[in-house]
Amino acid sequence: MTLTITVNGTSHTVAAAAETPLLYVLRNDLKLKGTRFGCGTGLCGACMVVIDGKAVPSCDVPVSAVAGKSITTIEGLGDIGRLHPLQQAFVDEQAAQCGYCASGIIMTAKALLDANPQPTDADVRAALEHNLCRCGTHHRILLAIRRAVKEGAAK
Amino acid sequence: MSASTTMPRKLPGSLETNRRLDRWLRLDRDGTVTIFPGKVEIGQGILTALVQMVAEELDIAPERVRLAPADTSYSPDEGMTSGSRSIQDSGIALRYVAAEVRDLLLQRAAAKLGSSLEQLTVKDGTIAARSGGSVTYWELASADLLAREATAEVAPKTPDQHALVGAEVRRLDIPAKITGKPSYVQDLDFPGMLHGRIARPPGPGARLAAFDAAEVEAMPGVTAVVRDGVFIGVIAEREEQAIRAQRRIARSAQWEERPTLPVNSDPRYLLDLKSEDEVISEKNDAAATAATRLEAEYSRPHIAHASLAPSCAVAQFQDGKYTVWTHSQGIFPLRRDLAKVLGSAESDIVVIHAEGAGCYGHNGADDVALDAALLARAVPGRAVRVQWMREDEFAWEPYGSPMVVKMSAALDAKGNIASWTHDVWSHGHSTRPGVKGGANLLAAWHLEKPLAAARPGNPPLPGGGSHRNAIPLYEFPSQRITNHLIREAPLRTSALRSLGAHVNVFAIESFMDELAVAANADPVEFRLRHLKDPRARAVIETVAAKAGWKPREAGNGTRGRGLGFARYKNLGCYVAVIVDIEVGNEVRVRRAFAAVDAGQAINPNGLLNQTEGGIIQTVSWTLKERIGFDRERVTTRTWDDYPILTFGEAPEIDVTLINRPELPPLGAGEGAQGPTGAAIANAIYNALGVRLRDMPFTRDRLISALA
Repeated sequence: MTLTITVNGTSHTVAAAAETPLLYVLRNDLKLKGTRFGCGTGLCGACMVVIDGKAVPSCDVPVSAVAGKSITTIEGLGDIGRLHPLQQAFVDEQAAQCGYCASGIIMTAKALLDANPQPTDADVRAALEHNLCRCGTHHRILLAIRRAVKEGAAK
Repeated sequence: MSASTTMPRKLPGSLETNRRLDRWLRLDRDGTVTIFPGKVEIGQGILTALVQMVAEELDIAPERVRLAPADTSYSPDEGMTSGSRSIQDSGIALRYVAAEVRDLLLQRAAAKLGSSLEQLTVKDGTIAARSGGSVTYWELASADLLAREATAEVAPKTPDQHALVGAEVRRLDIPAKITGKPSYVQDLDFPGMLHGRIARPPGPGARLAAFDAAEVEAMPGVTAVVRDGVFIGVIAEREEQAIRAQRRIARSAQWEERPTLPVNSDPRYLLDLKSEDEVISEKNDAAATAATRLEAEYSRPHIAHASLAPSCAVAQFQDGKYTVWTHSQGIFPLRRDLAKVLGSAESDIVVIHAEGAGCYGHNGADDVALDAALLARAVPGRAVRVQWMREDEFAWEPYGSPMVVKMSAALDAKGNIASWTHDVWSHGHSTRPGVKGGANLLAAWHLEKPLAAARPGNPPLPGGGSHRNAIPLYEFPSQRITNHLIREAPLRTSALRSLGAHVNVFAIESFMDELAVAANADPVEFRLRHLKDPRARAVIETVAAKAGWKPREAGNGTRGRGLGFARYKNLGCYVAVIVDIEVGNEVRVRRAFAAVDAGQAINPNGLLNQTEGGIIQTVSWTLKERIGFDRERVTTRTWDDYPILTFGEAPEIDVTLINRPELPPLGAGEGAQGPTGAAIANAIYNALGVRLRDMPFTRDRLISALA
């Protein structure tokens, strides 16, 4: 079937079965590879996107459920040369090892900071409860988000 | 003729086996330099460090250095990216290559500018003569310049001349990754690419009783079902269609399962199996007298690499030749095994590296490369991307081996260690592909005409595998260290970050604390009195000072702190770790301090990042992780079954780097594993007065220890 979805402010028409997880539409139809597959069951956060202001694992959402909603992916934040403050903070803190978890974590942090521009450390840790990092970069990622908060990353 | 009778000079690092300059480096006309390392990025930041080393020797800006992806059609064969050896192997080779290339260019410039070598200076690739006149590297370069063997006779810079090496150069790959650019093998996309999934048996001993391929072939989007023995793969136009087909097969195929796995997942099953026993270190001092004797037994279960991205590969088969994109740690060894299974010549297979998520050793990367090739063979001309699901990775990756260590020691009347024994039982820690006598790729064993796996084993000492770090760095009058290798493994095991060092150091450093208690000594002082190596002493003293260690400070029943130390492989970096823990319903590591000495730090921030990550990952292994199985199958399938450390549980970290620019760089990717595990056990004892010896230190283990 044909569906229309709005991603990073642009409307796209895609041909996919209604129950197709949003993740595969983003990656394979729209070629937005920054949203990453990690588990397919919403447990690791690698595929987090922001839908109407809320961080949601895109592997666990059928594409038909997001028609008419506003979807933001990591590509919608900033780009090299004009990084979003959260992305800049990840660079400044060198907050990555393999980096595979980073885009999902940045999207979770984006939704958090948009709702709560001055989160406590406990708020940040709680918001990231569904994002896993296997390289053990937690310490630096928390520093990066603290830095972004200090520098006013919330829009 | 006369030259051929002399032995070629031994060259540094991987130059020894890949001796031509142009195999490593190329000067491009656009003012850039392309390097061709055979080592690959696995999230450790190695490529940035290699760029720094090359830019340093060539006197060019790091932005001028480009990296060619490792590719069997042109890269030097550097074996595996493993064992924290990339700086020593690839970095040192590139350092000598770059120094020699700079020298060749200077010689050309001297002739061209009519100057002596001494009168030339280089700035960002432009050579200037004191008498006037200048020329760039790229104006001087010609195709023949580097078409020669390296001599390694041009001395690289001395540390006092370094400007880039040792500097805080930012990782080159981070901006692309955090802006969502295609960065991983998972992100490859080719026109007309198909999607594959593999429907594995439910367990390692299962036989296929009935399977209706036609039903699956009729599903929407399905292009082909490939069945060969118990290997069943499906190819579809769209990714979600391939997943649906995989799930259908999981439900509809009928399997006869067999009880091939141990009765329970306690690693002590190892003690009942046949082992090959080898004494790897022995010394006897008859004068040493024993007053007090202690014994203890330590263990770790099977644990998983649990890479955040399940393994993935893309393959294409056309005109009898394969191209395979993979996140393998060794493209040449993988190609050797692919050739055996596919029945092709190695020259008909091109293997190209593309980054995956952090792997921490031998995960499913190589296996999925064969899966993709087997599926691609069924659809010539079309690229096929095979992505393992999370369940596939947990059920089929080669695990970190279970291990049991038995220690005994005697203290003399002064409370010094008079004698020491260490016995370690483990499966082999290497079943990587590319070795003789078999094919070490999962699907190879499932085919109708299966290939046997090569005999599992260990990397040899001094690095070692299950016996890695079994020989203590401490100096005891008498000691006997015995390795009990159990080759037959009910579940495949292979290299997981630090190999046996995690458990051997956990045992040694836990036991050192137990002996310190028996000797009524402070853990820091007790270690130092048995340790001569000044660098070892320095990391312990540094971390103790940094953490504000107070000798013989008791924990308070809830909080405690503990120390662990090791020199990785007894020849790599030195690491000492102190952790502060708090025990509530479970053990929580609140804070970790570490000191690390890896000789010359090429990229200090990268070294700190590796050490911080090693500590946090080991907190997770030590407190939480265990692969579960019943008699027929692995029962760990999802993150719910295999919890790892979360952001809520992650400790604060403070790592102190002891940089020694005058000393050779030492491998530093795996140094924190052993010390961290022991530091946690020692902190628990400090807090509660109970000794946990069997990992993971879960709530249940804590409760039964306190009971």
